[in-house]
Amino acid sequence: MKKIEAIIKPFKLDEVKTALMEVGVHGLTVIEVKGFGRQKGHTETYRGSEYTLEFLPKVMVAVVVGEDQLDAAVGAIIKAARTGKIGDGKIFVSPLDDVVRIRTSEKGATAI
Amino acid sequence: MKIIFKKFFIQLTTAVVLCSTVGVAVAQTPSTNAPAAAAPAAAPDNTPKPDAQGYNTGAASDAADASNTPLIVPAPTELSDADKKNPDKVKAYNDAKKAFDDYTAQAKTEPLAVRVMDGVGHNRVAINFMWTLVTGFLVMFMQAGFALVETGLCRAKNAGHTMAMNFMIYPMGMLGFYLCGFAFMFGGMNSPLTPNPGGIATMGGYGGLNNELGFNLGGHFIGLLGFKGFMLQGAGYDTAAFALFLFQMVFMDTTATIPTGGAAERWKFSAFMIYGCCIGTIMYPVFGNWVWGNGWLSQMGVNWGIGHGHVDFAGSSVVHMQGGVIALIFCWLIGPRYGKYDAKGKIVHPIIPHNIPFVMLGTFILAFGWFGFNPGSSLAGTELRISVVAVNTMLASATGALGATLWMWWVRTKKPDPSMMCNGMLAGLVAITCPCAFVSAGGASILGLVAGVLVVESVFFFDKIGIDDCVGAISVHGVNGAWGCISLGLFADGTYGEGWNGVPGKVTGLFYGGGFGQLTAEIIGVVTCFVTLSVLSLIVYFIVEKLVGNRVPKDIEIEGLDIPEMGVPGYAGFVMDKASETPMLAGDHYSGAPATTKPTSITT
Repeated sequence: MKKIEAIIKPFKLDEVKTALMEVGVHGLTVIEVKGFGRQKGHTETYRGSEYTLEFLPKVMVAVVVGEDQLDAAVGAIIKAARTGKIGDGKIFVSPLDDVVRIRTSEKGATAI
Repeated sequence: MKIIFKKFFIQLTTAVVLCSTVGVAVAQTPSTNAPAAAAPAAAPDNTPKPDAQGYNTGAASDAADASNTPLIVPAPTELSDADKKNPDKVKAYNDAKKAFDDYTAQAKTEPLAVRVMDGVGHNRVAINFMWTLVTGFLVMFMQAGFALVETGLCRAKNAGHTMAMNFMIYPMGMLGFYLCGFAFMFGGMNSPLTPNPGGIATMGGYGGLNNELGFNLGGHFIGLLGFKGFMLQGAGYDTAAFALFLFQMVFMDTTATIPTGGAAERWKFSAFMIYGCCIGTIMYPVFGNWVWGNGWLSQMGVNWGIGHGHVDFAGSSVVHMQGGVIALIFCWLIGPRYGKYDAKGKIVHPIIPHNIPFVMLGTFILAFGWFGFNPGSSLAGTELRISVVAVNTMLASATGALGATLWMWWVRTKKPDPSMMCNGMLAGLVAITCPCAFVSAGGASILGLVAGVLVVESVFFFDKIGIDDCVGAISVHGVNGAWGCISLGLFADGTYGEGWNGVPGKVTGLFYGGGFGQLTAEIIGVVTCFVTLSVLSLIVYFIVEKLVGNRVPKDIEIEGLDIPEMGVPGYAGFVMDKASETPMLAGDHYSGAPATTKPTSITT
């Protein structure tokens, strides 16, 4: 089992959700986050004084998939979330020890 | 405090008594409340009677044609022996006598018409009452506009505190004005000592507020403070006086709420409350009396021939500049918000507003309320110049907003800052407030445009010299209040203001051939406003500093004033983001607020 955490532009959320469902992902978690990458935000001025908008709003989509679904899911996110411009985001993939469905106490892949 | 006041009072009364014995012309104006058919021969009782029911306010003497010429013909004044030798005066007397005799003859044949005229006069006065009260209600709503603008421009963690100051200034200011402010400001408007006494002219001419304290200088009476109508009792218990109180109270509260924005996000609530006691009782009424209560600034024209005296139609100086100067002194003394400037006085972290929609909604409410502020200052719905006043007001607000927007966009920062758009519109409104009745539409547009540019440059200037004004109150109200008065001295086009402040002729500015007289009077008013309010603000600031301290401790400022000062957050249930934080300066080893309450332990 793998956990995919994709940080994407907020307006791409719907497209990413649809793409993931098309490749067979049943559920996902969305977290509103803020952060910066290599560009370190950008500067604006308020009444003549410069300030930095360092932490830009993003959305993090967390999905847990089986090994067999991983490539399809990552591919779907890339395809849906890409605009080709700076700030498209990142995808983090990590191994996952276990999953438990609280209602039934099922464990492992069947609980996904 | 009480003793000092008593001493002051005794001194002033002595001065008044002294100057009346030195020989100031004492001219008691007869009340225009006298019924139409009053026989001229009977000795009139000139003591103005307060009219608490309003049954006797507005009579045939108030019936007038469109140009304010009364319909009833008054009896001519008998000529003195010296005047009887002057053929011109004799002729004028004979003409007036003939007109009066004709009128008396007509009145005898048409007694019903005379009675109808009583109703006409009453209705005319009723329209003016109605106008004054309704426009006063509009001005009251400006409190909501100020609350939204000031809160929107602050950070979310101080929203409840800023709103609370804007809320409580309304009752605090009002009660102070009720207690003594109104009596200080308007208690001497019909004083026989002033060269140009006048009652509440448009509302039946009630003249009971007739005690002005002052002194005599070179044969001229210098009115300093009214002294009648305390707590709206006695001479103050009159329908016209009440209408005037309502209208002037909401004006005073406009002034009162200006400094709460400038010094927001760091002003201790208890300190603010003491200021709230001072503003309506004494800080506002002094200069107000000098300009609107028949005090010395308004009499400069009659006394020394300086224009029409200081003319301020709706309060660029009386209302806005007073508030702006208080804001300037308070913002300067209380110091900038923590984190905005570094040790060298350079802005390192501009503090950005948390709610631009609040700011813009508030600005619209203010612009709407200004239709009460300016046209209402005629105190007369029968005065048709109000349409010119209203249009001038809206034009200046438009050019002010446009001027500030374009100046920011093209000259200053390459983006049309929404907060500055609002400041620009308000600057245009503040500037047109004084000259609104005296200028043409073109003049209003130009002076509004100048106000829009001026407000941007002024905000940048005060930011640069380290006076941290959260909302631009000093620039909008102080700087543009001064500009509004000066612009009257420049742009008054000589179409209005016949006999203003007792000076014959219309109010005419420099650009329309009026010379420097009116401009000089305006500049004297502006300088006086600055000096007087600076002194009063310094006194109040240091008294408050001694009593409770003006500024909240640093840990409260960093935590946000809402919970430590008010007990509840402005936005419970909302997560504050970084924009609401106080930026910490490099090298500051502040380690967090001391725990005021023990953390609750969560047991599982």
